[in-house]
Amino acid sequence: MTLLGEFCLWLALLLSAWAAVLGFSGRWQDRPDLTASVRGAVVATFGALAVAALSLWKGLASHDFNIEYVAAYTSRNLPDGYIISALWAGQKGSLLFWAVVLSLFGALAQLLTPRRYGALMPYVAAVTSAVVAFFVCTMVFAANPFERMAFTPADGRGLNPQLQNPGMMIHPPMLYLGYISITIPFAFAIAALLSRSLDTGWIHAIRKWTLVSWLFLSIGITLGMWWAYVELGWGGYWAWDPVENASLLPWLTMTAFLHSVMIQEKRGMLKRWNLGLIVGTFLLSIFGTFITRSGVIASVHSFTQSNVGYFFLAFLVVCGILSFTLLYTRWSSLKAEVQLESVVSREAAFLFNNLLFVGVAFSVLWGTLFPILSELVRGTKITVGPPFFNRVNVPIGLLLLALTGIGPLIAWRKASTANLKRQFTGPVAAGVLTAVGLLAAGVRGLYPVMALSLAGFVAGTIVQEFYRGVRARRRMHGESTPVAFGRLVARNRRRYGGYLVHAGVLIYFVAFSGMAFKREIEATLKPGDSATLTSPFGHTYTFTHVGVSQFEALNRVVSAATVQVAKDGKPQGLMTSEKRQHVDSFRRPTFEPSTEVGIRSNLQEDVYITYAGSVGGTEEAVYRLTINPLVWWVWFGGFVLAFGGLVTMWPGGGAVIPGARRTAVRPSLAEAGALTE
Amino acid sequence: MKAGHKFLFGASIIVVSVVLLITQGVRETGVYFLTPSELADKTSADPSFYDVGLKMGAKVVPGSVRRDPGNRQIDFEVSDGVRTYPVTYRGLVPDTFTDANDIEVIVEGRLGRDGVFRATEVLAKCGSRYEAATEGKQA
Repeated sequence: MTLLGEFCLWLALLLSAWAAVLGFSGRWQDRPDLTASVRGAVVATFGALAVAALSLWKGLASHDFNIEYVAAYTSRNLPDGYIISALWAGQKGSLLFWAVVLSLFGALAQLLTPRRYGALMPYVAAVTSAVVAFFVCTMVFAANPFERMAFTPADGRGLNPQLQNPGMMIHPPMLYLGYISITIPFAFAIAALLSRSLDTGWIHAIRKWTLVSWLFLSIGITLGMWWAYVELGWGGYWAWDPVENASLLPWLTMTAFLHSVMIQEKRGMLKRWNLGLIVGTFLLSIFGTFITRSGVIASVHSFTQSNVGYFFLAFLVVCGILSFTLLYTRWSSLKAEVQLESVVSREAAFLFNNLLFVGVAFSVLWGTLFPILSELVRGTKITVGPPFFNRVNVPIGLLLLALTGIGPLIAWRKASTANLKRQFTGPVAAGVLTAVGLLAAGVRGLYPVMALSLAGFVAGTIVQEFYRGVRARRRMHGESTPVAFGRLVARNRRRYGGYLVHAGVLIYFVAFSGMAFKREIEATLKPGDSATLTSPFGHTYTFTHVGVSQFEALNRVVSAATVQVAKDGKPQGLMTSEKRQHVDSFRRPTFEPSTEVGIRSNLQEDVYITYAGSVGGTEEAVYRLTINPLVWWVWFGGFVLAFGGLVTMWPGGGAVIPGARRTAVRPSLAEAGALTE
Repeated sequence: MKAGHKFLFGASIIVVSVVLLITQGVRETGVYFLTPSELADKTSADPSFYDVGLKMGAKVVPGSVRRDPGNRQIDFEVSDGVRTYPVTYRGLVPDTFTDANDIEVIVEGRLGRDGVFRATEVLAKCGSRYEAATEGKQA
């Protein structure tokens, strides 16, 4: 099977190189025969890579440990589900996964894009194929997943225990899908620049693609937080680790882009900025891959160090130079069609939003690269950590949260005092009430109180929008409230889906501020001993150590420590945290020991226990006991955000007719939106 | 003032604040990342460098690890082959901090005048990954 797989890799390399070269030159010379061949090659590339991926899966499933990749990431006693996810668990396999998905997206872009964008498509094919060719090239010359070894081990090393988690089966592919799909909007942007069709056409053509990649990135990042929370065992979900940052960077610029394209659609402004953002997002996605794979920056997620990093660095530099040169040559044809009329307008709110998003992205990039930069410039390595990122990004984040409420309600072009009064009286009152309520309840701390009050304000804007929309439909169409609500969302998907996304964001902010009130102790307990911890919500938890038990499971030896938990004196049952030593099928240890934490979650707070080991082999156990407030809301916020994203991109409904640009000031946005049928 | 100018004014306030936040943040939260010999050079060149927060990356000297799990304390020595420093840490070490012979660590803390490095955080690398240890992390 490896022979077939390897053959398919080479075939895919030839096909994608063919499509890349002919896509550019065929379109350049206006030769329909060549561009037709390019379409075929794009689809065929996907076919070849799909066969390659299937043959690697075959190797994994049949435990062919002569293949180095199979021996490195699976073992005979690995549960079946992880055989599937082993395809993207390691460096080489994930490159193959990347290439096959990108070629699929490339083919889908060719097949699904409406005919009216036909002039762009050969260039789009050329760009996506060039990127596919790069990935296949990297595999063939530096990280071949089909490489065989001189001997065949009796069993493989197995999958890293921290990757043996159901969340880990979907977190990486989600994130990869997000990263990969960014290539399609990037390809359209380059195609628009090359063919000089610089109106809003390319933006309409990629609307779905940008939403798809934004959605996958959002889900991937949230799942990553969940994985860190349940598997890494330090009691939090975001540590500003370089790889976490690398996934956040393209998300930030993509989010900025999703907002700024609205200004280009409606007002014909920001053409250069939008192109710059999409090119930047693509480069950041490659940069993220480079960070993850090169080992230049120490991180939890690092793959083994290898020269694959140099391939990505070179690719990053080449793509950056080519794209920005191209953008520069088209600079003068990208003038804005109108000028900003007032700083009290939606355009201005969006512009500030964009600046802030890019500001966050820049500071995160700067902090992530600072160890390298300081060593280059001053000869000494200086690192910055979570205190830096929080210090810089919490204030910017709060401004962004405020704009989340302001942006959608303020009028286009120029907001009148009447407009401001009508839109903001209720929400501002909601924000003020939240602040007063929090202070009265004894909540202290500038940032948490600000975050929660702003969340109250934003929630006010969202509720007001839904309320007004529903009320308008009830009056106009005599519908009942649930029907009016359903139709309101269904007929204005883009707008109300957007509000749902904003609701998800504000839930995130509420959840994040909860972590400011985290409580934690470490305790060494003999059986029968207890430790107590008071939560920020005023509950007193008592943890009584029951004992430590040892047992063997499928692929591991487990030492499990159990505590009896009582909340305000009432027994809550047992909680267990485990130390695991994974073993292969000959009971030989593989990997270092890992910890499985115990988590009990409710709407207020999570009880999170970590067993850190026993004292001298006795049943006296060392624990870290943590109360994490509002964590459940992170996952719920992620769900709302993803659901809102799905609503905005659901086919039909709020689709924008290409070319039709609405520049008129809508007298009242709520009604106007509710009435468009 | 035209709207465009007003916007540029607002935008420059944002840009300047972000730059200020970043530079101040680096100045006030940035810590040196040194090898043991670099740390030795620093302290001999500038005696006030003791008790300064920093990170040190080095290898654990095999056989030097003394664990006192009951008190959640661990003592070990780190070295880059040139200089060796004793490290003491109170807290829980990550799973990657095993008794194997090739453990690389990043310790964050302060070097006392008695020559002992008091760590507030220990990251250990074994195989291909680092793992964060302990408390003091935010969400």
